[in-house]
Amino acid sequence: MAGIEQELVLVPPESDLSLPFLGKLHGWVTTVDHKRLGLMYIGGGLFFLVVAGLQAMTIRLQLVMPNAGIVPPQVFNRLLTMHGTAMVFLVGMPILTGFFNYLVPLMIGARDLAFPRLNAFGFWLWFFGALLLYFSYLGGDGLYGAGSAPDVGWFAYAPLTERAFSRGTSTDYWILSILLTTVGSTATAINLVATIISMRCEGMSLNKMPILVWMALVVSFLMMTALPPLSAAQVMLLLDRYFGAHFFDTQAGGSAVLWQHFFWIFGHPEVYILVLPAFGFASEIIPVFSRKVIFGYHVMVTATIAIGLISLSVWAHHMFAVGMTPAGNAFFATSTMLVAVPTGIKIFNWLGTIWGGKLRFRTPMLFSLAFLFQFLIAGLTGIMLAVAPWNWQLTDTYFVVAHFHYVLVGAIVFMIFAAIYYWFPKATGRMLNERLGTWHFWLFLIGFHLTFDTLHFAGLMGMPRRIYTYQPGRGLDTFNQIATLGAFFQAFAVLLLVINIVRSLRSGEPAGNDPWDAWTLEWTTTSPPPEYNFATPPEVRSRRPLWDLKHPEDPDWQYE
Amino acid sequence: MNEEASENVAAESSVMTPSSPSRLPARGRVGILSLILTESAFFSIFVAAYAFYIGKSAAGPFPRDVLRVPVFNTVCLLSSSITIVLAVRALKSGSVRSFGLWWLLTLGLGLEFMIGTVFEWHRLIYQRGFTIATNLFGTTYYSLVGLHALHVTVGLLAILFVFVMAVLGHVDESQAERTDILSWYWHFVDAVWVVVFLTVYVVGR
Amino acid sequence: MFAGRTAFRRLLILATLADWGMRSGLALANDWGMGAANDKIPPNNIFTPVADPANQISSLAFFVLGVTGAIFLVVGGLLLYSIMRFRARADDQGREPAQIYGSTPIEFAWTTVPILIVFALILTTVRTIYDVQAAPKPDGAINVRVIGHQWWWEFQYPDFNITTANELHIPLSDPRNPTPTFLQLVSVDVAHSFWVPRLAGKTDLIPNKLNTMWIDPHQSGTFLGQCAEFCGTEHALMMFRVVVESRERWNRWIAAQREAATQDPSTMRGRQVFESNACINCHTIRGTIARGKFGPDLTHLMSRETIAAGVATNNLQHLKVWLKDPDDMKPGALMPAMNLGDQDVDALVAYLATLR
Repeated sequence: MAGIEQELVLVPPESDLSLPFLGKLHGWVTTVDHKRLGLMYIGGGLFFLVVAGLQAMTIRLQLVMPNAGIVPPQVFNRLLTMHGTAMVFLVGMPILTGFFNYLVPLMIGARDLAFPRLNAFGFWLWFFGALLLYFSYLGGDGLYGAGSAPDVGWFAYAPLTERAFSRGTSTDYWILSILLTTVGSTATAINLVATIISMRCEGMSLNKMPILVWMALVVSFLMMTALPPLSAAQVMLLLDRYFGAHFFDTQAGGSAVLWQHFFWIFGHPEVYILVLPAFGFASEIIPVFSRKVIFGYHVMVTATIAIGLISLSVWAHHMFAVGMTPAGNAFFATSTMLVAVPTGIKIFNWLGTIWGGKLRFRTPMLFSLAFLFQFLIAGLTGIMLAVAPWNWQLTDTYFVVAHFHYVLVGAIVFMIFAAIYYWFPKATGRMLNERLGTWHFWLFLIGFHLTFDTLHFAGLMGMPRRIYTYQPGRGLDTFNQIATLGAFFQAFAVLLLVINIVRSLRSGEPAGNDPWDAWTLEWTTTSPPPEYNFATPPEVRSRRPLWDLKHPEDPDWQYE
Repeated sequence: MNEEASENVAAESSVMTPSSPSRLPARGRVGILSLILTESAFFSIFVAAYAFYIGKSAAGPFPRDVLRVPVFNTVCLLSSSITIVLAVRALKSGSVRSFGLWWLLTLGLGLEFMIGTVFEWHRLIYQRGFTIATNLFGTTYYSLVGLHALHVTVGLLAILFVFVMAVLGHVDESQAERTDILSWYWHFVDAVWVVVFLTVYVVGR
Repeated sequence: MFAGRTAFRRLLILATLADWGMRSGLALANDWGMGAANDKIPPNNIFTPVADPANQISSLAFFVLGVTGAIFLVVGGLLLYSIMRFRARADDQGREPAQIYGSTPIEFAWTTVPILIVFALILTTVRTIYDVQAAPKPDGAINVRVIGHQWWWEFQYPDFNITTANELHIPLSDPRNPTPTFLQLVSVDVAHSFWVPRLAGKTDLIPNKLNTMWIDPHQSGTFLGQCAEFCGTEHALMMFRVVVESRERWNRWIAAQREAATQDPSTMRGRQVFESNACINCHTIRGTIARGKFGPDLTHLMSRETIAAGVATNNLQHLKVWLKDPDDMKPGALMPAMNLGDQDVDALVAYLATLR
């Protein structure tokens, strides 16, 4: 339905059009507005996407052929550590929590988050943590010695990280920068929970919240329970390294496996923290572009809560090769396969939403449809990895690398792109260019599959992970060449996105309040919204307040 | 179409009110509960490490050799939970002076706990030569008890701040909600001490 | 530039150029003869196992692959169908489709079926876990102790008093009278992982922890193994070979390994160089004063196919390069460049060449 009146004059955020540059900058630096902070998180995350992406390109260049000699092993090990650490903490977490920051108050009819100053504090903690992590390249020996950037892998297994085996400060940079960003994330989680519980508008019971808001709630609980174990383990490691403690000091009777348990007690819920927001985006975007309500709202919510709870009990499936007892392995294999059930159900519900709809293949929908296929595959390779005996062959190989990139890129990054195309008009008042968007999609899709489909086979053919080179005669050459080629496609596609954003900010087509003909509260206000979001706090009667208003003869609240 | 929509929404809520206070829990309470959840997760890892390493130290000293059960400290700390409840109750009913006295007593009891801990650690380190680097017991003992002591310190600083505000006359009945929320943090710190006490001085000994 | 029909052609040209550039331009770096050596060994395809438990794992994997493949075809097929069938047509602007809020029977069905599938997978998985991990140890089992170092493998045969490095010899096992090899896995420094894909799944070597695994080989040959847990700078080049051979040949190998080092008077000079330098602090050569434990046992160095944990084929030329500066082959290796003169190096190589 395209009967929306387009406003030709855009409503600027506040009245800072006439301020000089420093004035505007001051506005952004001192803001406590959830929308600005959300955009800062997303912008920062996209910046590090490019940085960590370039690091990935370097890795792929080094691995394109045996003994390529592009970088020495020490530099390569820093690259793989920094790529992983940055992608999780400096790209995934900020972009996804940035979207929650921006959208949750708008979707529940609130004016800001519960604790705006805490919000700003969390952002700047993240920001300084990010700077500290990359400053490590300059620390230590400085650039000449490739600095002191962390080189112990993003999960930093003990005792490699103990003083004896990790001299210098690389591990310390890893610990300290992540401690900072994690405290920031935890603050955001507390903020989101308080907002969602305490600040919903009139009529919006928990039962009527958009699914994205449910995701924010569950993700926040996961953050509150899973991030502290990481911080605790890092504090313990710091005590080992500087105060002579023996938490993971195997030479003094400490346990290396204990680090693994603590890390993965964080690490596994972390991947659900990263993927549930993607599910939230899908649950908002797919219905709008199928022109149908989400199929099975209650089941979607219940499944999400089930995923959240079960995900706290599966962590040792990262440790099947560590030498746990058969009973231990059996327990974790079982719990891991159980978590596949609610996850699979969600795919069926999205399928049920599409079924019988009227699909519009705009850019957000293209990315969402690819997400469905790719997440299906990722879930299935996840089941393969849950089968502990098969895991003994697959773990620590490129099969795992392919699996988790299928989730992180194929599901999460694809949905981040979808979310950008979908909500950019709301945040800026301008549409992103649809043509560039389509090119972005197809190039990224091709590149993604060239790289990550192939890497599954490299793993099946015996290629371990985290190796800076491999020998000829192992049958790995062709797989690696194809994978590297795919990386170039992906890089170029991301470049197109960056160009699209820059151009559209200046001269994109004006969007109006509701360019997609959507149904949740954020589309009732202007694009961009005023600082106070809503002139009068809304009142809702169903899950799709705008649908009720657009279809007064057939409102949602008559059915559910 | 969308101007219509906004107008309809505005028409339905003719009075501009924030969400009615009785309908949803206060965000301060949700916030402090969330903080408590987070901190519990943090502490449980240190408790887990302590429990895991019980009996695994290669060489002494062992808990039995050096630990003295801190009965008096524990009584003081747990009593401070009672005094803080009395303080908040006094404030809610408007008697600021009564509040001030109970609040000061809370501060004192908490301080006693900290001083007791300091003396205990001094004895362990300088008389018995027992440090965080001595063995696995040392590592887990100092980190767990120390983490708790850190939280007590933060709590005491907050309580001190409120006391100073009270002396300056800024605390009255309207601040009762906030002091109650702070008291929840203090109760949490005491509850953690119960867990730490049981783990270190009962189970681990 | 990338709009329209010519776009695809331009992209294709770009991609081809990039590919050529990658293949040819970069230095044809030295593979130290390993390309040719590896070519003789079939690739490490986990679906072509030649031993237990790799066999059991492969069978289970095929079953799981079948189940997940079926799921993919059904669900993927439905997705594909729905994308094509339910496209918005140009002719029905403005009318929204029927809003379906859910369906209890359908949702019940697609909850129950996955639970049943998962149940079947769990049963087969748990059974295989116990089959592998709780397998009883027969009397004829061979005992090997694997000790992980940064970045090489030490193999001890406690029953025969043999210590060797980087090349594990085990006897072929007869299913009627099995003689599997049971391995104990420990590490002296950081976590490593022992992985020979065609023979068994991987098991980690964790310091301060004793792990065990077993291999029951049914085909002779040489198989490639590699460390599969990131362990520092040269994790990528911490490789080993497993040689499965007939019982008779294996017995001969054991006997040869038990001998002390050859004493050849013509290489006395080299032996003197060895014994008077720091070599003896790290290496053992039985029958000499060298008793170091930090580096590999060199008593029968020349009996191995590779040096430096699978980095180079074992010949005099490569030995010379390694001795002059290990960093040339394995940057970051813990063996320092000994700064020996050319003549000393030649003598040393001549001596090492006698250690068969």
